[in-house]
Amino acid sequence: MMIPTSHYLFLSLGLFTIGVIGVVTRRNVIIILMSIELMLNAVNINLVAFSRLVGSAEGHVFAIFVITDAAAEAAVGLGIIIAFFRNRETLLGDEMDLLKW
Amino acid sequence: MQTLINFVISIWVQLVCALVIVAVLPLVAGYIVLMERKVMADMQARLGPMRVGPHGLLQPIADAVKLLLKEDIIPDEADKGIFWIAPLISVTAGMLAMSALAIGPWFQIADLNVGLLFVVGIGALGIFGIVLGGWSSNSHYSLLGALRSAAQLVSYETAAGLAIVGALLLAGTLSTREIIETQEDYGVWFVFAAPVGFFIYVVASIAETNRAPFDLPEAESELVAGYMTEYSGFRWALYFLAEYTNMVVVASIATTLFLGGWLRPFAGTTAFNFLDGFPSLLMLVVAGYCFYRAPKQPVKIQKMFLVVVAGLFILVAAIFAAPLMAPAGSLVASAKPGLHGAFWFLLKVGLYLYLFMWLRFTFPRYRFDQLMRLGWQFLIPLSIVNVMGIGLALVLHRQLGWSHWTAFPLTTILTLVVAGMLASAGAKKDKEHAVVGEEA
Amino acid sequence: MLDQIVFYFFATLAVISAVLVVTRRNVVQSAIFLITALLATAGIFLQLHAEFLFIVQVILYAGGIMVLFVFVIMLINMDVSLHQVQFNRQWWLGLLLALVLGAQLTVAIAVGRSGLPLGEPAPATALEPSTQLVGRVLFSEYMLPFEIASILLLVAMIGAVVMAKKKV
Repeated sequence: MMIPTSHYLFLSLGLFTIGVIGVVTRRNVIIILMSIELMLNAVNINLVAFSRLVGSAEGHVFAIFVITDAAAEAAVGLGIIIAFFRNRETLLGDEMDLLKW
Repeated sequence: MQTLINFVISIWVQLVCALVIVAVLPLVAGYIVLMERKVMADMQARLGPMRVGPHGLLQPIADAVKLLLKEDIIPDEADKGIFWIAPLISVTAGMLAMSALAIGPWFQIADLNVGLLFVVGIGALGIFGIVLGGWSSNSHYSLLGALRSAAQLVSYETAAGLAIVGALLLAGTLSTREIIETQEDYGVWFVFAAPVGFFIYVVASIAETNRAPFDLPEAESELVAGYMTEYSGFRWALYFLAEYTNMVVVASIATTLFLGGWLRPFAGTTAFNFLDGFPSLLMLVVAGYCFYRAPKQPVKIQKMFLVVVAGLFILVAAIFAAPLMAPAGSLVASAKPGLHGAFWFLLKVGLYLYLFMWLRFTFPRYRFDQLMRLGWQFLIPLSIVNVMGIGLALVLHRQLGWSHWTAFPLTTILTLVVAGMLASAGAKKDKEHAVVGEEA
Repeated sequence: MLDQIVFYFFATLAVISAVLVVTRRNVVQSAIFLITALLATAGIFLQLHAEFLFIVQVILYAGGIMVLFVFVIMLINMDVSLHQVQFNRQWWLGLLLALVLGAQLTVAIAVGRSGLPLGEPAPATALEPSTQLVGRVLFSEYMLPFEIASILLLVAMIGAVVMAKKKV
């Protein structure tokens, strides 16, 4: 017995919501970045589930591009965090509120 | 319940293979350590472990018992959960990677569609075991060693992956079983079609497993023992097991992809069928040597042990010879591919491991910046050029109809020319840095 | 039946790991749980017969991006953050909005199940092996996005190196 596609969509929805909660609720910037990765993963599950439903490879290809973009974004985001940490010694999103001191 | 039983019955071969790997691999890793000590001794003109058991053959058992009984010290400030789980991650990654490898035509747990990439990728997850272990020890030496080791692993993973891609262009498939079958169809092992790729993979795999000359992160004179400093007793044994399992995995990948897997040399030509007798011959030679050494042992029990070992080798020789002697088509004769295939695979893996040990005891250690420069500025460009070269050779051979005796050697020579250019550029930079006196 | 066991196991693991990522105080523990969540997602890809995507997820996401995260976490001293307040002042509003979003999408999926064939399982026609299929489509129809992605990675690499250097 195969799994109905809506089950995958509900799973993807659950992961996405947890990711959103992480982004809007936590103060630590690194955890916010990790929650963004969770959201991107949820999107990937969605894409692959639909790709299997329709029977074509576009979903897989799109998912590969999403993973590539997630890697690029994580690299640049962590670079920004390191640069900011060197200047301000803080990792909390609340305290990153002044552009130039 | 019935479906569960049916399911277990349908995968019993895989379950047996998995059990063999999990149970036998630690013992095999122990004996690889003994082999390394004996080879080291041989290259240093001495004898190595000789006391425990005749010729030191029971040394791994003694070592295992010692490590199990040692006191388990956990640093006070260490993060206990991560300290506990880090060696497990390394061991699990190593053993899981063995599951997609085909040791003989009958010994494979999972013939995945993406088998080779699975082995490489899961092997790469072992980095977490190293980094988390070094970090959770709460010690500067451990953290530095862990970060250096992880940086080295990540750098050489790219070069190894690109070298694998070069050979995969020839194979046309990622499944480990089909790669070997493709080599059987072509009649030539891929090492002869892509020798530069094989060389890159050998160097990258030495760096991947933290072996000398790339073992700065765990050298005793450098960072105590790197990320393993604070681990003692059985936890350290798990890290050690993970390292030797990684060595076996890397050797298996090279054997599958470059050295023809379970194929006999000249597997296709029937003129060389006499090579089928080689397994039995090798076992008989070893048995003969054991008989020769038996009278020279000082103690009677060691004499008897060696005679028993010789008897075991003769038994194994008989097992290898049986499918050849039995009439064709019988049950015994049909065991030939499985048995002989496993023998050839393990022989090639053993030779690759001997190469590792040979290199360890020949070359001095690379400094960390030299290591990173070798990885990023020599191996990665060379592996990219290698992929382009093999692509060119395939285009020349398949589209333009050149014979493969001209296409492949031509591209190999072109790649070697590029390698020479890269090496001379690197040497010039090395000389500049040595003169100016600064590091990169 | 095996399908269902595998799917529910990985789905539960993914959701539990995700919740733990978002709620841990220690950043390293969050990173470890994110690795588990990513591996569970890879398991779901494998269950969907997307083998190439499974291994790409393991190698790139769990073996690449998470190594980067763990490196950065270890290079930055996080001891201070263990004693700070973890959730920001308007956490209740964020939680409410996220739950509203979740509820909206749940209703959308539940109601729309009958429109598209979402309620039924996917057709049993097997696609050709995943790697060949993805490779063929990626290098013929989607060649332009592929090249743009490679330029994007180059830009990101240069950007990250410049950003993290000590003196520019």
